[in-house]
Amino acid sequence: MARIIVVTSGKGGVGKTTTSAAIAMGLAKKGHKTAVIDFDVGLRNLDLIMGCERRVVYDFVNVINGEATLNQALIRDKNCNQLYILPASQTRDKDALSQEGVGKILEELKKDFKYIVCDSPAGIEKGAHLAMYFADDAFIVTNPEVSSVRDSDRMLGILSSKSRRAEQNEEPIKEYLLLSRYSPGRVKLGEMLSLEDVQDILSLHLLGVIPESKSVLNASNSGMPVILDEKSDAGQAYADIVDRYLGEERPHRFIDEDKGFFRKLFGGK
Amino acid sequence: MSTNSKKTPNTSLALEFKSSNFSVPVLALSSNDLITIEQQLKEKASLAPEFFKNLPVVIDLQNSNKLNYDIDITLLIVVIKKSGLLPIGIRGGNAQQNKQALDLLIPIYSANNGLTHEEPQKQPTPTPEIITRDTSTMLITQPIRSGQRIYATGDLIITAQVSSGAEIMAEGNIHVYNTLRGRASAGIQGNKDARIFCFDLQAELISVAGNYKVSEDIDASVRNKPVQIYLQNQALIIQDILQHH
Ligand SMILES: Nc1ncnc2c1ncn2[C@@H]1O[C@H](COP(=O)(O)OP(=O)(O)OP(=O)(O)O)[C@@H](O)[C@H]1O
Ligand SMILES: [Mg+2]
Repeated sequence: MARIIVVTSGKGGVGKTTTSAAIAMGLAKKGHKTAVIDFDVGLRNLDLIMGCERRVVYDFVNVINGEATLNQALIRDKNCNQLYILPASQTRDKDALSQEGVGKILEELKKDFKYIVCDSPAGIEKGAHLAMYFADDAFIVTNPEVSSVRDSDRMLGILSSKSRRAEQNEEPIKEYLLLSRYSPGRVKLGEMLSLEDVQDILSLHLLGVIPESKSVLNASNSGMPVILDEKSDAGQAYADIVDRYLGEERPHRFIDEDKGFFRKLFGGK
Repeated sequence: MSTNSKKTPNTSLALEFKSSNFSVPVLALSSNDLITIEQQLKEKASLAPEFFKNLPVVIDLQNSNKLNYDIDITLLIVVIKKSGLLPIGIRGGNAQQNKQALDLLIPIYSANNGLTHEEPQKQPTPTPEIITRDTSTMLITQPIRSGQRIYATGDLIITAQVSSGAEIMAEGNIHVYNTLRGRASAGIQGNKDARIFCFDLQAELISVAGNYKVSEDIDASVRNKPVQIYLQNQALIIQDILQHH
């Protein structure tokens, strides 16, 4: 059975698109046919991070309006042939998406794909609502700061009351926490909430901690999801997350201050 | 839905009548002034719009008929629907009112909660198809997140956390067997005997029968503790449950 994953947060700029690109690539590289959809109509970001911005002909809105077929609009990723991208339109506004239209497209994708990753726009308005409405799983991306945690909590309330699963009294959406841009050093200095603080408020199943990392910016500049940078800490964090989501055991990392320096110093591995 | 689809084998039933108990709020009327009724419904609904939206109700006319207020059911249904409620039955109506209700396809319930039966109800323990109780306990096991509002017509029991930015309301008592960070109002329709119990008090606001305290007014000595909150001579008392006197 296909699963629809929404990557959402409430607050803007916390790493939803970075995460969507990374986990979609991670799932596809594991051999699962995956589609990633940009719900941020009007802004268009995902295609840049995926490095396919120069191959966009049709977009999500074209498909909803019947101006293009799904096959015409889906862009096959250049690094992984199991991965397809459905870009957002830059020229329309958010009202171009309708619940019925989105539902139809997702149904069609479900016939052919194992995972459908929905990159939600920020906020709790229509675009974010449509991105989460049909979801089976929700990846809640949160930064270790009060406003981001608050907004995540708000989004969790919406998931549990306004989603299709909630409305039809089905099993609720599975919710996972992805704590992103984490910096143990700054936590220690009291400049950031700790993982424990965040979990005290959200008490969610933790899928992984993604460290604050320069590799994210490098990756997006080169149009490669950071998970392909296997040497980078953020890339490894996302790889762990994909493995855990698929049911494998991976010890959590990047929570405590890096001991790498001492390890190097003393010749440890 | 099509009739020429695969025939269902005779052995499998397409439907089944099951006995069950529903808990449906009862709207008891003691006036026939439709304007006042509409106004008061509106006020109640504004307290918890999410809760009242499409809320099924049974209309109880016992009291209004005892007081000889003859209510026109056709007009009353219009007023109630306008307020967002969904009338699903009347009880305690006179012959004229019952006929009006049936014309609108609204079922008649007997005054003793059950559906009207043709035969007089002599049996000591009739098993009603529908039990209408307006003081049922609501149990919630999922976290109540920021932005969510819960309204219970009776007691409210929550076993998960209540986030800051969430609002829980009950006409009866509130029990939170977890951390309470949001707003909690017990006895919201004026019951001064209602209490709030919680495992870990970090609330933004607590209130019993309209007497409230905001976070700032909650003494540090009772924060982050299991407490009970009740009214005593108009004053809101917050008491550490574990502290023995
Ligand atoms: N782990 C990380 N370390 C460092 N920078 C990061 C990390 N994750 C994301 N960023 C940076 O944060 C910014 C926002 O990231 P991204 O676009 O993924 O967020 P978003 O939640 O999709 O934003 P929006 O709400 O605008 O859609 C980008 O500049 C990105 O490079
Ligand atoms: Mg984004």
